[in-house]
Amino acid sequence: MSKQDLNLDVSKHRNLDLRVSIAGITLENPITTASGTFSAKESGAFYDIDELGAIITKGVSIAPWEGNPTPRIAETYGGMLNSVGLQNPGIDSFIKEELPYLRTFGPRIVVNVVGKSIGEYCSAVEKLNDTEVDMLEINISCPNIKEGGISFGADEKLAAELTREVRKYSKKPILMKLTPNVSDITEIARAVEAEGADGISLINTLLGMKIDIHNKRTVLWNKTGGLSGPAIKPVAVRMVYQVRRSVCIPIIGLGGIMTGEDAVEFLMAGADAVSIGTAALIDPTAPVRIKSELIGFMNRYGYQNLQQIRESML
Amino acid sequence: MTKKIIEAQVISNQKIAEGIFRITLDCAAAADATESFNAKPGQFINLYPRDKSMLLPRPISICFTERNRITLVYRVVGNGTRELSCHKEGDGLQISTPLGQGYHIEAMFEAINQDPSDHKTIALVAGGLGIPPMLELAKTIRTQIGEDRRIKLIAFLGFQEKAFLIEELSSFCHEVHVATEKGDFGFHGTVLELMEMQNIVVDYYFSCGPKPMLKALAAHCHRIEKPLQVSLEERMGCGYGACVGCTCKTKEEKDGLMRVTPKKVCKDGPVFFGEEVIWSE
Repeated sequence: MSKQDLNLDVSKHRNLDLRVSIAGITLENPITTASGTFSAKESGAFYDIDELGAIITKGVSIAPWEGNPTPRIAETYGGMLNSVGLQNPGIDSFIKEELPYLRTFGPRIVVNVVGKSIGEYCSAVEKLNDTEVDMLEINISCPNIKEGGISFGADEKLAAELTREVRKYSKKPILMKLTPNVSDITEIARAVEAEGADGISLINTLLGMKIDIHNKRTVLWNKTGGLSGPAIKPVAVRMVYQVRRSVCIPIIGLGGIMTGEDAVEFLMAGADAVSIGTAALIDPTAPVRIKSELIGFMNRYGYQNLQQIRESML
Repeated sequence: MTKKIIEAQVISNQKIAEGIFRITLDCAAAADATESFNAKPGQFINLYPRDKSMLLPRPISICFTERNRITLVYRVVGNGTRELSCHKEGDGLQISTPLGQGYHIEAMFEAINQDPSDHKTIALVAGGLGIPPMLELAKTIRTQIGEDRRIKLIAFLGFQEKAFLIEELSSFCHEVHVATEKGDFGFHGTVLELMEMQNIVVDYYFSCGPKPMLKALAAHCHRIEKPLQVSLEERMGCGYGACVGCTCKTKEEKDGLMRVTPKKVCKDGPVFFGEEVIWSE
């Protein structure tokens, strides 16, 4: 779908209010890019980035990370596994090379921060204090690294401690990105809210594996990887629903959103905004298409704003 | 917007060898896009399966282009390519406009023209499914050579069993040498063994094929101090540089120091210079 078609759609329904406020920061619309699935340069070759509500960046760490050896990608039934392992050029390079370019666009900028220790998270968030970044998303849920990441998100006490420390060092609003690989997501959500998190993003990928039976080995070099895509959507919707009923802070919902109707499902479950990830790897224009489909849905049922969708569940 | 996902139309889709198919698509839908179907040799396109349980696009290298028509040669290896092989004339197929960095043809001409008095030979060395992109490359190089008799284009092709695209490549190359590992056709052995036996002096190499072949050729070119460009294969996610699923390690000079730099095969490649790739993995 071309940009022009999408704009026509939007201009027809000027009475719609797609804005959403998260931690005092207004997003023009609830469509954001899931961490690790967006590149301003590459995605921008397919659509107008200014159509987005916010850009959530790829995970950034205090020092450069190499990531895992390849293969890093495996397709599964209705989903995919990745074991990229948060390859990134480090926070200094991000601030110097990437941020100025991101800032040339309109959408809010949310930087996804990763680390192997509490100290690493704190050093990274501190470096972002005096930048033009709008918000941080603290990734305590990556299943593809040996230390840090998921080990913080899977333990209520560690999640609380990390949130408390990051809160101390950061001047920006912080969203904690949670992992679904836990027995009770609401415990973790309550723990990070109590320590001052401004919002929650969920869910990150589910830990999975694929075996190449012809060659008798795992497809991924790393053996395991994070499962994403429509296969995990019901898990994500259920978790957003549960967390919405456990905490008061805003929620960015994600996990297998492929269409505008999928996005509505997350909003009804209680999400304030949504992230598009795997869908954008398949159809690069997915974020703008989903936005247009969301508008179509609102128009069809007479919703004028997102609040009405969120409160519509019987 | 410089890139697009378009609906192409299947013109033909035929089996050309056991498990190998050739599909020709009409991409007129892209012709009015900002960047028309102006493919460079070595680039690839993403094909999107209809069966949505298969999420990821199938990246397939461009074999041949002619105005708004594009031809791909592929092997049926799984459900995605099996679905592709079932497409009939007139079917619609979702594809991307060309992706990736193709072969650096200007760089090659620059290198071999440094000494314009000499006769020069350019070699295309390819194995298996690395052979299809050689056709567009051969066509492009041959067109640029024109009537210049000093420059010779030869191909060394390696197959496991059955050979394909030999005739097509012969129409653009001055010589085509064929090896089959099972000895069905041409030289009995690998393409590198064939090259060694022929002992032809080559000034510039282009290659595409299995990684062990590329690695051995890179070592050979390093030894004889001849330039090489290779097209790498890696399991891809998005195919356009967003997911960082397909990376390779390269050497890059920065601030006077050689540094190990990870590059995206889909975006920075698939074509790289032999000397920049770190093969040790």
